[in-house]
Amino acid sequence: MTSDSKTPVPPKPAGRLYRAWDSDLAYAFRTSPVAIVATVVALVIIFCAVFAPWLAPMNPYNPAGLNLMNGFTPPMEPNAFTGEVFVMGADNQGRDMLSTIMYGTRTSLFVGAMAVVFAMVLGISIGLFAGWRGGWVDSALMRVADVQLAFPAILIALLIFGIARGFIPDNLRDQMAIWVLIVAIGLSDWVQFARVVRGATMVEKSKEYVQAARVIGAHPAKIMFRHILPNVMGPVLVIATISLALAIIAEATLSFLGVGVPPTQPSLGTLIRIGQSFLISGEWWILLFPAVTLLALALSVNLLGDWLRDALNPRLR
Amino acid sequence: MIAFIIRRLLQSVIVMVAVAAVSFTLFRFVGDPVNSMVGQEASIADREALRDSLGLNDPIFLQFGRFIGNAAQGEFGISYRLQMPVTELILQRLPATIELALVSGFLAFVVGLSLGVYTALRRRGVMSNIIMTGSLIGVSLPTFLIGVLLIWIFAVELRWLPSNGRGDVVSIGDWWSTGLLTHSGRLALILPAITLGLYQMTLIMRLVRAEMLEVLRTDYIKFARARGLSARAINFGHALKNTLVPVITITGLQLGSIIAFAIITETVFNWPGVGALFINSVRFVDVPVMAAYLMMIALVFVVINLIVDLLYYAVDPRLRVDRAGKAH
Repeated sequence: MTSDSKTPVPPKPAGRLYRAWDSDLAYAFRTSPVAIVATVVALVIIFCAVFAPWLAPMNPYNPAGLNLMNGFTPPMEPNAFTGEVFVMGADNQGRDMLSTIMYGTRTSLFVGAMAVVFAMVLGISIGLFAGWRGGWVDSALMRVADVQLAFPAILIALLIFGIARGFIPDNLRDQMAIWVLIVAIGLSDWVQFARVVRGATMVEKSKEYVQAARVIGAHPAKIMFRHILPNVMGPVLVIATISLALAIIAEATLSFLGVGVPPTQPSLGTLIRIGQSFLISGEWWILLFPAVTLLALALSVNLLGDWLRDALNPRLR
Repeated sequence: MIAFIIRRLLQSVIVMVAVAAVSFTLFRFVGDPVNSMVGQEASIADREALRDSLGLNDPIFLQFGRFIGNAAQGEFGISYRLQMPVTELILQRLPATIELALVSGFLAFVVGLSLGVYTALRRRGVMSNIIMTGSLIGVSLPTFLIGVLLIWIFAVELRWLPSNGRGDVVSIGDWWSTGLLTHSGRLALILPAITLGLYQMTLIMRLVRAEMLEVLRTDYIKFARARGLSARAINFGHALKNTLVPVITITGLQLGSIIAFAIITETVFNWPGVGALFINSVRFVDVPVMAAYLMMIALVFVVINLIVDLLYYAVDPRLRVDRAGKAH
């Protein structure tokens, strides 16, 4: 695109969509094959997961639809008794692996996304507050963040999960497990958001538009969320994307260890755990396909986050 | 210097007290300690007597003080699930975890260092590209998946290595047991050590590579080349030596992570260590074990961080000037 400052700029269709297409970010996206492939992979997986009840060949958790004769059918081979063919094979109870994976990804994505949203809200609020107030509030909050950052996130999540389980009565444990998991992963991950937002807030705080808002007499909360927050959203988005990949892996790890989602709502981690027990007897497809799905999802989201970080950083252009 | 050490020690103590407070809350308020110690048929009077003798009716701060006192002496009560003193349980399983962590840390350091140096020196080589791409996958793969894949390849398909347990162990002294002295013990250690060390290995490799590339660009390396020193002397005597300080620090800091990630590896490989004990305590809400593990792992992290900070202080004089100006 040639835009010479002396000649008048040719009239453009001024729609929002066109402007979005014409932006720097969109250009960086169009010219990066890695970003395009990662987006396509992530979108396909997310689409299949979200619409699993309508897209999946069967509902794997409806016992009426299961045929035990289909148990252990290898992928792409007709079953010896029923003649049914499963693209990714069937597990020990005759569940179609493809459907199981679609439902499992749904759980994984739900937990991961909710955990990131929770961490983001918490981290942004704490970061804005610490950066705005400064003083001992700031140093106390950042001390806590430092201490937490010294421990691996997965350990923190495990501890919070264990503590929360201790406080919840036995009969509610399975029902609340998913929410406990979301809070545990979210609490293990807020520090990144808080640190970035705090740093950016301290920079923005002294700028003129914030002082102007103060002079008008705007409420500090309004200044923080309406004026400062939009200006620190770029790095927050990058962290959110990378956090999503980490949260999905954390959820899978906890479920794999048997302390995550309840068995009635298996996630990809649970499926891998189940698959591992059939590995010795040679039914490799029960393990392989969930593992590949998890890897593809985590890797594509991760690559997308990396790309976003580079694209939003003007120094790297 | 002394002021810095005192301040740093004080911070560590505050962290430990905070962790102890969490452990104590867990210990005291999750479930009823009396209920989990006596059977159904104990009378209310008996329970009250036990309550009194355990000091559960004392003021809460007194109880907390006693908890810290006991914890400092390594007393964490009796496991609800296994009905054994927690300290004994942990000590029994500690050697397995420490052995695994040290071997995989060593593995990660040696292999990571050599691969990092190699990829930095042969930047454009085919092998380097393969290693770098491989490391990217190594970072993205979750630890448990690496373990499962290794079991699949080396234990199920090739049948070269065992997939679970520690093999035969030999006792040394009263409470240490090692698998390093028996053949089956060494074989059983290979897969878990690789699983646990792979992430750290890629981390160290990338760090060494980045540091080496940085150093190789500096003037004193150019000058060393101009002086006609051999490539070997330049690469290892000058370049590598100067990259080692950050690398050793990171490796030290990672030791804590290795112990934490051992939880996952131990579960995958059925390794009889502290991590597996902890996972089971979370699963069955075995509070004394959870509290003890929490304290133990916090102590490990605090001590490692303290040592690294003090080392930094000793190594890097700039920190000393900064301290005078503003707090950390």
